[in-house]
Amino acid sequence: MLLLFCSIRCTVLLLKPSWKQHYSFPWFGMDIGGTLVKLVYFEPVDITAEEEQEEVENLKSIRRYLTSNVAYGKTGVRDVHLELRNLTMCGRTGNLHFIRFPTQAMPRFIQMGRDKNFSSLHTTLCATGGGAYKFENDFRMMADLELLKLDELDCLIRGLLFVDRVGFNGHPECYYFQNPSDTQSCVKKPCTLDNPFPMLLVNIGSGVSILAVYSENNYKRVTGTSLGGGTFLGLCCLLTGCETFEEALEMASKGDSTNVDKLVKDIYGGDYERFGLQGSAVASSFGHMMSKEKRDSISKEDLARATLVTITNNIGSIARMCAVNEKIERVVFVGNFLRINTVSTKLLAYAMDYWSKGQLRALFLEHEGYFGAVGALMELLKTTEDP
Amino acid sequence: MAECGRVDSNTSHTMDKSITLPPDEIFRNLENAKRFAIDIGGSLTKLAYYSTVQHKVAKVRSFDHTAKEAAGDKLYEISMQEEVTARLHFIKFENAYIETCLDFIKDHLVNTETKVIKATGGGAHKFKELIERKLGLKVDKEDEMTCLIKGCNFVLRNIPHEAFVYAKHADSEFRFQTTNPDIFPYLLVNIGSGVSIVKVESEDKFERIGGSSIGGGTFWGLGALLTKTKRFDELLQLASKGQHASVDMLVKDIYGGSYGYLGLTGDLIASSFGKSATADKEFSKEDMAKSLLHMISNDIGQLACLYAKLHNLSRVYFGGFFIRGHPVTMHTITYSINFFTKGEVQALFLRHEGYLGAIGAFLKGAEEDNPNQYSWGENYAGSSGLMSVSPDMNPMQRARSGTFDMLEMDRLERQLVNLPLLQDPSSYIPDTVDLTEDAPAREYWLYCFEEALDGVVKRAVASQPDMPEAALRAEKFRQKYRHKLQTLRQQPFAYGSLTVRSLLDTREHCLNEFNFPDPYSKIKQRENDIALKYYQKAVKSLDELSWEEKQFALVRGVLAGNVFDWGAKAVSEPAFMPLGGQTDFCIFFFIPLSERPWLVDSYDQWLERLKGPPHKCALFFVDNSGVDIILGVMPFVRELLSRGTEVVLASNSGPALNDVTNGELQILTERIAAMDPVIEAGLREDRLLLVQSGSSSPCLDLSRLDKVLAMVVRERQTDLVIIEGMGRAIHTNYYAMLSCESLKMAVIKNSWLADRLGGKLFSVVFKYEVPVGKPNKDCGAFSPC
Repeated sequence: MLLLFCSIRCTVLLLKPSWKQHYSFPWFGMDIGGTLVKLVYFEPVDITAEEEQEEVENLKSIRRYLTSNVAYGKTGVRDVHLELRNLTMCGRTGNLHFIRFPTQAMPRFIQMGRDKNFSSLHTTLCATGGGAYKFENDFRMMADLELLKLDELDCLIRGLLFVDRVGFNGHPECYYFQNPSDTQSCVKKPCTLDNPFPMLLVNIGSGVSILAVYSENNYKRVTGTSLGGGTFLGLCCLLTGCETFEEALEMASKGDSTNVDKLVKDIYGGDYERFGLQGSAVASSFGHMMSKEKRDSISKEDLARATLVTITNNIGSIARMCAVNEKIERVVFVGNFLRINTVSTKLLAYAMDYWSKGQLRALFLEHEGYFGAVGALMELLKTTEDP
Repeated sequence: MAECGRVDSNTSHTMDKSITLPPDEIFRNLENAKRFAIDIGGSLTKLAYYSTVQHKVAKVRSFDHTAKEAAGDKLYEISMQEEVTARLHFIKFENAYIETCLDFIKDHLVNTETKVIKATGGGAHKFKELIERKLGLKVDKEDEMTCLIKGCNFVLRNIPHEAFVYAKHADSEFRFQTTNPDIFPYLLVNIGSGVSIVKVESEDKFERIGGSSIGGGTFWGLGALLTKTKRFDELLQLASKGQHASVDMLVKDIYGGSYGYLGLTGDLIASSFGKSATADKEFSKEDMAKSLLHMISNDIGQLACLYAKLHNLSRVYFGGFFIRGHPVTMHTITYSINFFTKGEVQALFLRHEGYLGAIGAFLKGAEEDNPNQYSWGENYAGSSGLMSVSPDMNPMQRARSGTFDMLEMDRLERQLVNLPLLQDPSSYIPDTVDLTEDAPAREYWLYCFEEALDGVVKRAVASQPDMPEAALRAEKFRQKYRHKLQTLRQQPFAYGSLTVRSLLDTREHCLNEFNFPDPYSKIKQRENDIALKYYQKAVKSLDELSWEEKQFALVRGVLAGNVFDWGAKAVSEPAFMPLGGQTDFCIFFFIPLSERPWLVDSYDQWLERLKGPPHKCALFFVDNSGVDIILGVMPFVRELLSRGTEVVLASNSGPALNDVTNGELQILTERIAAMDPVIEAGLREDRLLLVQSGSSSPCLDLSRLDKVLAMVVRERQTDLVIIEGMGRAIHTNYYAMLSCESLKMAVIKNSWLADRLGGKLFSVVFKYEVPVGKPNKDCGAFSPC
């Protein structure tokens, strides 16, 4: 169970009206997805002595709690490696922290907000994702908090463009794979999104949304698919009895999907030349599992790998078709499905390259799933700016 | 050994059925069979062969009237002749029967010319050795996809009502598509273990433009892992009972409601299996199967739409074992296509989808016979039709009905094409009422045909008095046709849209099947003979009338003549017998036709038109023998000829009920010409032509007519089409829109139908139509339309 604010002592002080800055801390941006809640927290490091003095105890303890821990309760995690240091936002300098916890823990989170009297901080809680709508009433009723609900796709694009602009602590946020078709020499290469438009943005969360983005404010949702990260994890749990994404990926990394999938060569003995299909291409995902004998002897690792490969290839295939239909050559993959998931990123890079004969390039971003939350935070700063 | 899972999963339920497969009923005409092809799939084998069928046909031959004594009183001679026609046989059975079937074929195969068997399908290599050993034929493998496409083109071109749209919740689940002569381009999405998406541009040009590994094998393999259920059918059964919302994460699970901004409704699946990522919950097999089915169907539908959009194609056919007549998957695929294209693309399915590979492999092997240059017709008597899809069927029942399945196609003597005068060939539907959709009408007509069966059997026996075994054959005919009617009661969509025409045609096919090629031949002969005797008298009395009286008398004559119809129920009732029997045909002129205004009455317009310039050429689709053709139609034709209009008389190529055939009409017209200088001159000057329609049906499908007829119609610049009789002008073509003037004349000889149309028994339909926006005088066939 998540105990995000468990150590915050309930010290309620009144906010002083003489507060100098435009935007009252704390600065949060929240993206409540189907599986995960993504939270970004801006920790100011340029706090003056005067500010320090005036800062309410409550706020101070929040800051200390969040920045001094990397795990919160049983399921809350701070992705320390993603932290953006010495970032300037709205004239303030600070570190941007990236925190996630399961959406299932949301009620507990809200309850804590009430217990810790978060509402007294008079901050605006900017939230996006479906949960902003789903939990809006709970926030209001249980914690006396009003959410500023924001559209998830607006936030996603705004956050993505911002992070790409500020870079990743002096390094590019964006990367691709060189030689994606060759497993031996395939290497991750940083790159910049200097001229990002138009881009096809594929956001792989529990489900998948595919957007054609022409500028920061001009985009359309092309399509989506329900076969996403949630499907991978859901099927893995059913097939292998695993419980977490990490566990599932760990198993997948050890498995061999060709024991599960029927390949072209399993059917044709080699390539299907008439249609230019390589023998190693998957003809039927889980096709070998039609045989009872093979079902009885298959390993969990192989099943996990096949599930991962199936879902990833399918997303790649749909994304590629969309790119062709929309006439866009740059395909950017984001979303938490890609977290610690090099199997999928490499596979997507390969699929884009192979099927488009090098026409399409798959791009990835280091902060995979956090752009919605970043976008929500930016909205906070924007709204406070123009009251 | 990739296929072993499928085979072993079938053994458990096939044992009890091995006795139910009657090979001699299935592999028909084997003694003349040549050119075999076989398509072996994961669980079903499809065998195709070409055979010749010998059956009796009734031929008429004019007597040499100089030797009168030999002929006696009879007008012409009827003889039963053996005719050999080509037939394609397609049989589908479970792989478990392969050995039994091969043995049977070996024992019955007489033709020794056959050296090779064309083979396709994933299982072909596995059974190669067995086939070669059992049959002594060399197995020649053909590419699966090529065969599939060839087969698809063939059925789309030759079988009316081949393609259908599936609508689970509509009154009629199957909506059959009208045959579009232009079948290309289209997209074929073949869902086998994987998915292949093929763009077909012409007979020989096709390309696999994409595919997916998530297909039927994924449903089966993953489904078996998740539910511990072995068989594909059982998985579908499970899926049809499940609730996917307990497993899938819906939009409303994330948003609490709909995602209004994007217009995504709350019930939409956001993440398939998104709720199963938990260790502390059990999910039912049914729910998981359902979720899996949705996941796979939606995914395939989405990809199909993306490809259809990219290649700008709107016709998308779905096939493969995942579809194969399963209502569950047809429904989910249809749903997905509707969702992703917002109705722009329709998911189309094929009645004979399972046979495409076998048909294609066969065609590959038969290229030297050029099967594509002929037209072929589905033989309703020898074909099984679509299997039952009642929602509550149990899996065993379904498996049983799928035990074997047959399709037979007859090679038609002539190539069939559209009537060039159809206003819009692509929207032309011959049939007036679709009995698949009209339940009360269906009830009535099925009842009606069942009621009439005894009479048909009696007449069939009576038509062959010299053949003692006729009674036995007639009894077999009765059983077969009754069984067809029972099947159609359960599955009205079995052969495409059920119509009065298809019921009549099925009866003709069944009669032919048991060598009753023309049960009415004797009756027709007698009536023609008698009617001819009154011809001169009739013409003379007509000529005595004033012009206007004469025009009316001619129309009345056609209508009254049409009342003499042995095929109609009311006419064969005892009360009517004196009129239709051998009584004085003078009574014909006193037939109690209903008074004007008739039920449909545009006689005044017709009369006005006759006062204008003559038509260039009239095409007359004739109906019955006897009084109808001789005393009704011929005087009418005579008048047209006198006016300076050329006349093309289109009659059936083969017998159907008491309809006059082209052969009979040739003789009758000669005899009339001998008595009537107008007809004689018409024939001599080539202004009166007798052309066969290409049909052997009591109804008329203007989209399947003899190519020669179409050519004549075009050459002669036909500007008037006359269609006579209930079968051709009411049951079919009542709403047919032509690009020239048309006249539809019929007497309603069925009280139920009369009632339906708001009239009484013997109500008259006289429907004269001029196409909109076309002045009468220049109503030529060559106007742009």
